[in-house]
Amino acid sequence: MISPELALPLSLAFPLVGFVAIWLLDKRPNWREAATLATAVVLLALAIVVFQAVGAGARPAYVLFEVVSGLPIAFEAEPLGAMFGLVASGLWLVNSLYSIGYMRGHGEKHQTRFYMCFAIAIAAAMGVAYAANLFTLFIFYEVLTLSTYPLVTHKGDAKARHGGRVYLGVLMATSIGLLLPAIAWTYAIAGSTDFAPGGLLSAHAEAARPVLGLLLALYAFGVGKAALMPVHPWLPNAMVAPTPVSAFLHAVAVVKAGVFSILKIVVYVFGVDFLHETGASAPFVWIAGGSILLASAIAMHKDNLKARLAYSTVSQLSYVTLGAMLAVSAGVMGGALQIAAHALGKMTLFMCAGAIMVAAHKEKVSELRGLGRTMPITFVCFFIGAVSIVGVPPLAGSWPKFFLMLGAADAGQIAMIGVLMLSSLLNVVYLLSIPAVAFLKPAKGADAPLEKEWYAGPLYDGRNALPRDPVKEAPPFCLIPIILTATGAIVLFFFSGALYDYLLPLTETGR
Amino acid sequence: MIDLAFIAERYNYWIFIVLMMIGVYIVISRGNLVKKIVGLNIFQTSVFIYYISIGKVAGGTAPILPAAYESGHEGKGARASAAHGESAPAPGAASGESLHAAPQSAPEALPANDLASAVAQTPQGAGPSGEAGLHAAPGEAANPLLAPPDGAGDAASALGEAAHKAAEIVYSNPLPHVLILTAIVVGVATTAVGLALAVRIREAYGTIEEDELEAADDIAEFGAAFGEKAEGARA
Amino acid sequence: MNLMAQLPVLPVVIPFVAGALALLLPKGRAPWAWATFVSWLSFLASALLLREVAATGPVSYHLGDWPPPWGIEYRIDLANAIVLALVSGIAAAVAPFAYESVRAEIDERQSPYFYAAFLICVSGLLGVTATGDAFNIFVFLEISSLSTYALVAMGGRQDRRALTAAFTYLVMGTLGATFFVIGVGLLYHATGTLNLADLHLKLAGQHNRVVEAGFAFILVGIGLKLAMFPMHLWLPNAYAYAPSAVSAFLAATATKVAVYVLVRFFYSVFGLDFAFLGDALTYVLLPLGVAGMFVASLIAVFQHDVKRMLAYSSVGQIGYMLLGLSFGTREGLAAALIHLVNHGLMKGALFLAVACVVYRLGDHRCAAFSGLARRMPVTTWAFVLSGLSLIGVPGTVGFVSKWYLLEASFAAGHAWAAFMIVASSLIAVLYVGRVVELMLLREPPEQGPLSEPVKEAPLSMLIPMWALVAANLYFGLRTEFTAGFAEQAAAALMTVSGGR
Repeated sequence: MISPELALPLSLAFPLVGFVAIWLLDKRPNWREAATLATAVVLLALAIVVFQAVGAGARPAYVLFEVVSGLPIAFEAEPLGAMFGLVASGLWLVNSLYSIGYMRGHGEKHQTRFYMCFAIAIAAAMGVAYAANLFTLFIFYEVLTLSTYPLVTHKGDAKARHGGRVYLGVLMATSIGLLLPAIAWTYAIAGSTDFAPGGLLSAHAEAARPVLGLLLALYAFGVGKAALMPVHPWLPNAMVAPTPVSAFLHAVAVVKAGVFSILKIVVYVFGVDFLHETGASAPFVWIAGGSILLASAIAMHKDNLKARLAYSTVSQLSYVTLGAMLAVSAGVMGGALQIAAHALGKMTLFMCAGAIMVAAHKEKVSELRGLGRTMPITFVCFFIGAVSIVGVPPLAGSWPKFFLMLGAADAGQIAMIGVLMLSSLLNVVYLLSIPAVAFLKPAKGADAPLEKEWYAGPLYDGRNALPRDPVKEAPPFCLIPIILTATGAIVLFFFSGALYDYLLPLTETGR
Repeated sequence: MIDLAFIAERYNYWIFIVLMMIGVYIVISRGNLVKKIVGLNIFQTSVFIYYISIGKVAGGTAPILPAAYESGHEGKGARASAAHGESAPAPGAASGESLHAAPQSAPEALPANDLASAVAQTPQGAGPSGEAGLHAAPGEAANPLLAPPDGAGDAASALGEAAHKAAEIVYSNPLPHVLILTAIVVGVATTAVGLALAVRIREAYGTIEEDELEAADDIAEFGAAFGEKAEGARA
Repeated sequence: MNLMAQLPVLPVVIPFVAGALALLLPKGRAPWAWATFVSWLSFLASALLLREVAATGPVSYHLGDWPPPWGIEYRIDLANAIVLALVSGIAAAVAPFAYESVRAEIDERQSPYFYAAFLICVSGLLGVTATGDAFNIFVFLEISSLSTYALVAMGGRQDRRALTAAFTYLVMGTLGATFFVIGVGLLYHATGTLNLADLHLKLAGQHNRVVEAGFAFILVGIGLKLAMFPMHLWLPNAYAYAPSAVSAFLAATATKVAVYVLVRFFYSVFGLDFAFLGDALTYVLLPLGVAGMFVASLIAVFQHDVKRMLAYSSVGQIGYMLLGLSFGTREGLAAALIHLVNHGLMKGALFLAVACVVYRLGDHRCAAFSGLARRMPVTTWAFVLSGLSLIGVPGTVGFVSKWYLLEASFAAGHAWAAFMIVASSLIAVLYVGRVVELMLLREPPEQGPLSEPVKEAPLSMLIPMWALVAANLYFGLRTEFTAGFAEQAAAALMTVSGGR
């Protein structure tokens, strides 16, 4: 068994080994994908080692070297980071399986480049998860942005170029334009960028107080990956990427790295109590709430399945931001649980969308009519994922909602309880309508008399009759991961108590 | 009241300033490349005149080190100071000015906005203030510099004496001349390169008029000349 | 004679003498081999010198054994040791690179002259840096400039606009040098000395019109040489039309040396006690630096020629250095020095990448970069990585520069300046991103002269280019040689100038 101290740098180094292996195995696809999977398995094992060690109360740390005096590249695992690391590496394994099915099923080009960039991206995500200071976090945050750019523009056509431009433009603009000065400012005030339990800035309250609101704004919008409105446009635009990218990066690694950073900054840089006492975060509660509702409203208008899911992600991410900005322990807990729960749920949804594209070549919600009969497993899983995101027990998504409402009550932001309830309603409308359409409406042009009787809408004219498709699911490499994550969303509901205990030190550190 | 005499006394600076302005004006305003080089030369020449002007020092002296010779120093320090007598005109500003200004009035009476008088009023860098500095300064300035060779006290006193004797002599500091000879070499080289370039430009474009050159470039790149340049080219 | 005792003068003298000798060599490979050997020798000497200075403190060398202040003194402290190492290091990288590039772009008969001019230029730049004598700075400045005019004009075979560019550069450069020499004359007038250290002693407490005028002349003169916005008009064309290897060398060194001279005069000669300096910093350097950062970067976005784009970017990047200087604090000075070195590294690498493209495709307009990732992947990735460095992505030298500049702004109480810095970095994202997108996501041109299949650039070009790219990455993570030395140098300069 490796020591958790060693596991930290290894979990960064190992994807890079995988990167080289994938590169060398360019001409032999089977071996190349075996290398990807092997890397993912090892990475997951390493993440579990770290996770267990942190659960036992240890705080494994590793200092690489000092870049600039006072600014080392250093790693230290704490509960939140260990959890994010576990989620990211676990879902990477699932996603690697899925990628194999999807990329082959879809006949994509440049697959080697795809897997190489993925390996870098996961290394960067692990770096973000285990970063011991803002500086290290920023480095890996930027690496994550850059390594995913080739993935977003994978198709290389005009649409992909435009999407990539927005993606890179927004993320770079916010990170360099806002986050970097915020970190430098923090360093100027505190003389360090280390994450400190109880808050780095709360130890320098006098110097920090006058600029606290400004700094918080810089961080909130500077972490563009958290997609707080109005810095969200990169997320819908990133949907030009192949679906595994959307599934993993834009439901798990990239966006969660964003909200994870927000949570971590609020807890370890500002300090929950410090924010609560100064009330600097109150405006951001409203911004996050607005973001939740607005994004949901936009999602309802989207006919493109991936675009709808993207806006749903924007909305769900703001839950985490909201939890952080409530500046009470229940809110932070809700945000942290939301990271794990939403990752499972949304990844299921995205993978389903990809499976539909591979098997039925359909991208629009309106085209899904009747598809539930053709792809029953996919749509059952979609249903589970959607219900989890709406927040219905017994699915994982219900706990974060519960804690967020608790946090809103604690913080005296009663209006936010309303926002959360309204948002759940909107979720029902735009997410559950999809399996509903697929299962309940007949396929377009289907002329089965039974269905004609059952549903005879004004637009249905009964012509262009086609025999009903037999069950035609996506390839098993696509299907198995979907089943895994959907099951995960159910299982997590029952283990949320354990996760709660695990994350408890996060809220206790707030003095 | 404008003190005409004061201005007239400094005619060499006026020549410098006027030539400088003429030179820069020609460089900026003329479109012909050779004329630009002519302007550049006038500009540089004005600087030569300035350097030569400051080479004249009333009461200055070459920093010869009698003490150094006596103490068998191989004349190293002395050689240095004789050839590179930068130290001697240390009060150069003050004393150089008084060459012209002294017959006329005390420094305080001078218009304060004048470049030279400002120096005359604040000769801290040179040593003691006022007229006394005129005589004492060479010794003062040389003193710390000559300290490294042994017998500093001797050297200083001997030099101070020499300075007093030399007070009435208008001394020509050779260093600015050396500097300006170097600058002339540089200037000639620049002119040569500039003219060579002008020749090559004429070979390549068939003209050395700036407007026509720009028009030719525009035509080569965009297929048409723009605005005023175009008119210049057509003319 | 102990060679090590002569070390401070060696980086300057070796290329100077070797440059003259290069004229005697037959055309072809010999002058190049000679220049490469000499530039490596010079780099070795500079590196040894840096090591010595870092270990034992400033070194003073008396030319011809004349003691200062009479004789010319070469005084090497950390500040100029770093710049010496940068200039000679860039020369050592560009010289081996130049062979293929120059052979393609310049008449072979001119090769002895080219390498002679190159070595003289190196020598001149190193001389400016090493010397401790104000007039000597002028002489070396003109030695380097004259050879630069010739080098730029040699691009005339490829594009006749190089000739007009060289001429403009000559006129502006000579104006700048003459302004500088007037300034030096005024200082000499006021103090009677030309030795920089001695000038500082004699200028102490002098606040009069002569010194102020001298200061202004020097500021304007050096400002022209370092392409301070808005005195940069000579730079874009000169860099765009010069032979590619020359562009790379000049972009990485010439303006940097001028910035160093400015630093030297500001902090070692005038000092912060000189009240006029404070005004100049606040009311001249600060606004001009910020204006340069934005205006020049914005112009860069709209260039169709990659070399011109990079040239305008250089003007913008100089704005960062001026901004750092203008704070008048130790942190600001350190940031300016760090960026000086780092910018040399990144611009050198970028221009070398462009030179590879020019070598294969004969063009440096944007069209040539279309689809380059398919045709010249190694060059493309060198460009991408050094472009990221220019933007300031973590893990590259550009980030280290930005970080120090941001820290300096906050420490100086100019929080707004920090946002100016990052905002103009975003403009860099635009112009670098534009080219990168062309290279990575477009197809190569399908017709016209650019559509012919091309191979990757030869190894003799790739290795030096990647050496600089590697330096960009290495010094982006390990900064004791760049930021560490620069901070020490800044601290030493601030002690002399009487700041905090």
